[in-house]
Amino acid sequence: MTVTDLLSYEDALASFDPVMGLEVHVELGTRTKMFCGCSTELGAEPNSQTCPTCLGLPGSLPVVNAVGVESAIKIGLALNCEIAEWCRFARKNYFYPDMPKNFQTSQYDEPIAYNGYLDVQLEDGEVFRVQIERAHMEEDTGKSTHVGGATGRIHGASHSLLDYNRAGIPLIEIVTKPIEGAGERAPEVARAYVAELRELIKALGVSEARMEMGQMRCDVNLSLRPHGRSTFGTRSETKNVNSLRSVERAARFEIQRHAAVLTSGGTIVQETRHFHEEDGSTTSGRIKEEAEDYRYFPEPDLVPVAPAREWVEELRGGLPELPRLRRKRLQEEWGIADHEMQSVLNAGALDLILATMAEGADAASARKWWMGELARHANETGAELSAVPITPAQVARVAALVAAGDLNDKLARQVIEGVLAGEGEPDQVVDKRGLKVVSDDSALGAAVDDAIAANAAIAGKIRGGNLAAAGALIGAVMKATRGQADAKRVRELVLEKLGVQG
Amino acid sequence: MPGITREEVAHLGRLARLELSGDELDHFAGQLDDIIGAVARVSEVAGEDVPPTSHPLPLTNVMRPDTVRPSLTPQQALSGAPAQEQQRFKVPQILGED
Repeated sequence: MTVTDLLSYEDALASFDPVMGLEVHVELGTRTKMFCGCSTELGAEPNSQTCPTCLGLPGSLPVVNAVGVESAIKIGLALNCEIAEWCRFARKNYFYPDMPKNFQTSQYDEPIAYNGYLDVQLEDGEVFRVQIERAHMEEDTGKSTHVGGATGRIHGASHSLLDYNRAGIPLIEIVTKPIEGAGERAPEVARAYVAELRELIKALGVSEARMEMGQMRCDVNLSLRPHGRSTFGTRSETKNVNSLRSVERAARFEIQRHAAVLTSGGTIVQETRHFHEEDGSTTSGRIKEEAEDYRYFPEPDLVPVAPAREWVEELRGGLPELPRLRRKRLQEEWGIADHEMQSVLNAGALDLILATMAEGADAASARKWWMGELARHANETGAELSAVPITPAQVARVAALVAAGDLNDKLARQVIEGVLAGEGEPDQVVDKRGLKVVSDDSALGAAVDDAIAANAAIAGKIRGGNLAAAGALIGAVMKATRGQADAKRVRELVLEKLGVQG
Repeated sequence: MPGITREEVAHLGRLARLELSGDELDHFAGQLDDIIGAVARVSEVAGEDVPPTSHPLPLTNVMRPDTVRPSLTPQQALSGAPAQEQQRFKVPQILGED
């Protein structure tokens, strides 16, 4: 692989202004495909979820999925789009074996939703408005496996194998207008946009939008123009960038690559590029020698979709609270600072905290465990927070044990450690490891007496009214009881035995 | 009415993965020209008030509920495939070496 020349990010931005266009595909969470009743369940054996319609067999007729259309309208409304009064599907013709029909059923010049925007919040709180060109309905393609090549890549493969279970699963493609004026923050805007869109899609309940599962995929189009010029430069299209971090890295890499080409007097080739997760680079894919000729034409087998205004308004009325506003409300309710809320979001902890609260924990303790112990565990194991092997219900149980005084924080951490290690439910870990706070006065009393006897000098200070010195004795008792003592009760006993008022 | 050119037929042939000889290009150019000319006459009679029609039936919003229906078995699905491997459709090499 050749090494790509890059200009430093600062130098690139000093000379050029980036313009981006983002295309996001979202796989809907419908039970059935877009145009037939085949199941969309994941993990089925190859080619077990196909029928004459999604295989494109002669004589079959597609019929659109009502929930697919409804989901498209909801997405359009949530993106502040206008909803078409009348629109059609179109055939996008191409030769590639991932669609057995030799065309993809999509929408061309009549998208169901158009002219919208999405406000996204950057890390420092600045709100950037991304204009939406359109959102249209289409279908996913089959899954190819390339055989005989060195690394499973299409290049050099001797042949390919096709599983059409995914062919026909509903997709919504959401296309932004050119994003201008983001300047050096363009990569951050790209990431924040995709993140906000993902939250929005999840809040609408139309898809789980899990990028790592391919349920949401992003193409990053990027071009540079010299400062002060209004016409766009030639763009590259980096395909299938499938994590938030990758979206940001891909945009940054392309800015640096374009700048290196342009400052050395070269020209940018309009092409698709592949993103490489390992090092954040992109490499050249297919060069677009001529404009793609998909010979779109109206799909004759599907009748037009003309959403009644009453239906559209009903759906608008049922939209959930938008994620950005919901976050703002929660932050106010929890009384936490911007940066604390931002860490909750960055850690992917918001839904987990809410789920833990739904299981009975208060906001502060739910936040404390997810952002403390569990976030640390996720970091150490390199896993997403949501993949840490503990449930919100289990975290809530730990919080309840702490609230009831059965556990102190130190013991609670050990209980969590046990749950993460697969030792069972919190209560089982408490039993098995014998992790109960010792607040029984006779047991504690003996330990306090020992501590006083062993630290006569400190005890003397406390008797003399130096209450701060009590910490050393409490520490000794905690050590002797291996952290299982109720620290508050120990303090009371120390002061009581030394005849001092606390 | 400008005629459809030989080059346009060759381009369409490429898009449709049809190998056309020189004679065929001339032959189809003439035929396609006749067809397009015939269809074009529709626009001569259709006024501004007549919207283009893509569907002969005055139907909209034909939708189906999101209910799973039985699929074919993999064996049925693959029964017409010229080649198969690992219960998948086997297709020839898509791209050569870089």
